[in-house]
Amino acid sequence: MSDIIEKANLYFQYSFVWYALIVGVLIALCASLLGVTLVLKRFSFIGDGLSHVAFGAMAVASILNISNNMWFIMLVTVMCAVLLLRTGQNAKIKGDAAIAMISVGALAIGYLFMNIFATGPNLSGDVCSTLFGSTSILTLTEAQVKLCAVLSVIVVVLFILFYNKIFAVTFDEVFAKATGLKTEFYNLLIAVITAVIIVLAMNLVGSLLISALVIFPALSAMRIFKSFLSVTICAVIISVFCALIGIFVSILSGTPVGATIVVVYILAFAISCVIGKVTGGN
Amino acid sequence: MAQIICKDLAVGYDGKAIVQELNFSLNKGDYLCIVGENGSGKSTLMRTLLHLQPPISGNMLMDDELKADEIGYLPQQTQVQKDFPASVREIVLSGCQNGCGIRPFYNKKEKVYAKKTLEKLQIAHLEKRCYRELSGGQQQRVLLARALQATQKVLLMDEPVSSLDPKAAEELYQLIQSLNKQEKITILMISHDIKAAVTYASHILHIGQPVFFGTKQEYLESAIGRGYSDFSGGAED
Repeated sequence: MSDIIEKANLYFQYSFVWYALIVGVLIALCASLLGVTLVLKRFSFIGDGLSHVAFGAMAVASILNISNNMWFIMLVTVMCAVLLLRTGQNAKIKGDAAIAMISVGALAIGYLFMNIFATGPNLSGDVCSTLFGSTSILTLTEAQVKLCAVLSVIVVVLFILFYNKIFAVTFDEVFAKATGLKTEFYNLLIAVITAVIIVLAMNLVGSLLISALVIFPALSAMRIFKSFLSVTICAVIISVFCALIGIFVSILSGTPVGATIVVVYILAFAISCVIGKVTGGN
Repeated sequence: MAQIICKDLAVGYDGKAIVQELNFSLNKGDYLCIVGENGSGKSTLMRTLLHLQPPISGNMLMDDELKADEIGYLPQQTQVQKDFPASVREIVLSGCQNGCGIRPFYNKKEKVYAKKTLEKLQIAHLEKRCYRELSGGQQQRVLLARALQATQKVLLMDEPVSSLDPKAAEELYQLIQSLNKQEKITILMISHDIKAAVTYASHILHIGQPVFFGTKQEYLESAIGRGYSDFSGGAED
């Protein structure tokens, strides 16, 4: 036990550990906020799809030698998110198929580009770390942490300001529209915020595991609580708590960050199911 | 003074009309049942009246006092709502959105009003309950309460009793009738239940070939109404 504390003490002298914790918590918080809405709107897979788009964009950006590739990735991802969520109602290609198409397509294009225009000697390592985010969270710069903090604050403020409207749009879009709410605008807002969170979260868990950040806290919270507000708050708490534990464990035991966090989420979901059963939820 | 007037209205999708030459006008306090076969365009007409889609041609006039967002709507339940974690209070309050504008939160007046509506519909005791755990009849009352948050004037309903057992359906009909009679709320209801339509409605709009609009009495005496109500009445007995 004392070994672990000693080891933790040692690690906490390094700023990169703090950066990882701060960014991890912020991303977990934002992702779980939006997660409840996305899961209930049957958009669970949008996180997955968009993260693949972000992966493709990242590959293209590194080939084009775009210096600040974060903005490029953000732009492409936001555009795809808007496209996907907008076409929801009356598209020729239905929602889930459209997501699958764009996600697989972007993944293939990204990998192909990385292969053809390989910049570094260790291609499979590069791909692996982009997909599973194995190291990038530990190599964050101060600027990246600041950007992440600013964007997170914006996401949280927007969510609180539009909380009631997001609820209305999520619960019953037709009614909301019929009574004069600008549902297109709010869907667009949800799409943009989702894309921003996805791009941020790529650093934490890599693009293959992002869906976990969006889905697990929301589903866990829904096992236990029965009102929208309590589910949202519970999802945030579960998410932040699990992310912290995951990052700690992975730093102390040297396991991959993203995968460790997701395993903690799975455990939390299992516990929530049990609590839900015991307290009579369904 | 008529509240809603439709003149030569044609509704449909993608520029193609499903129903044409809809002519009717409703006064405050009327109770209109829209009947017709599946696919005849009843729901399309309702979506058009709600400004969810533009009319193909013709005119749809609303009374000056009746702004587009002063219509309450009781839609058919969606799949999403079946497992939605929300309390009754949250859902009912969400009907206040049109009065909120850009104000992010509900004010005291809206909260008090929501409570009153719940009492009026005899579901005040369910306020804290989870929507998905309620019975079908209770869920419809919650959605009705939400619609009443949005309006005091006109309620549009899309087959409100379709998923209810006969007893719950009868109770909901009574409730809607009392809203219509006591609060003078104009009702437009899509219904497959001809029997109930001719019991409760003051006017009938029969969409089909030909389109019929008139009072209940006129409908029962018309050829189309006689054929239809005899048929469905016989089928149910």
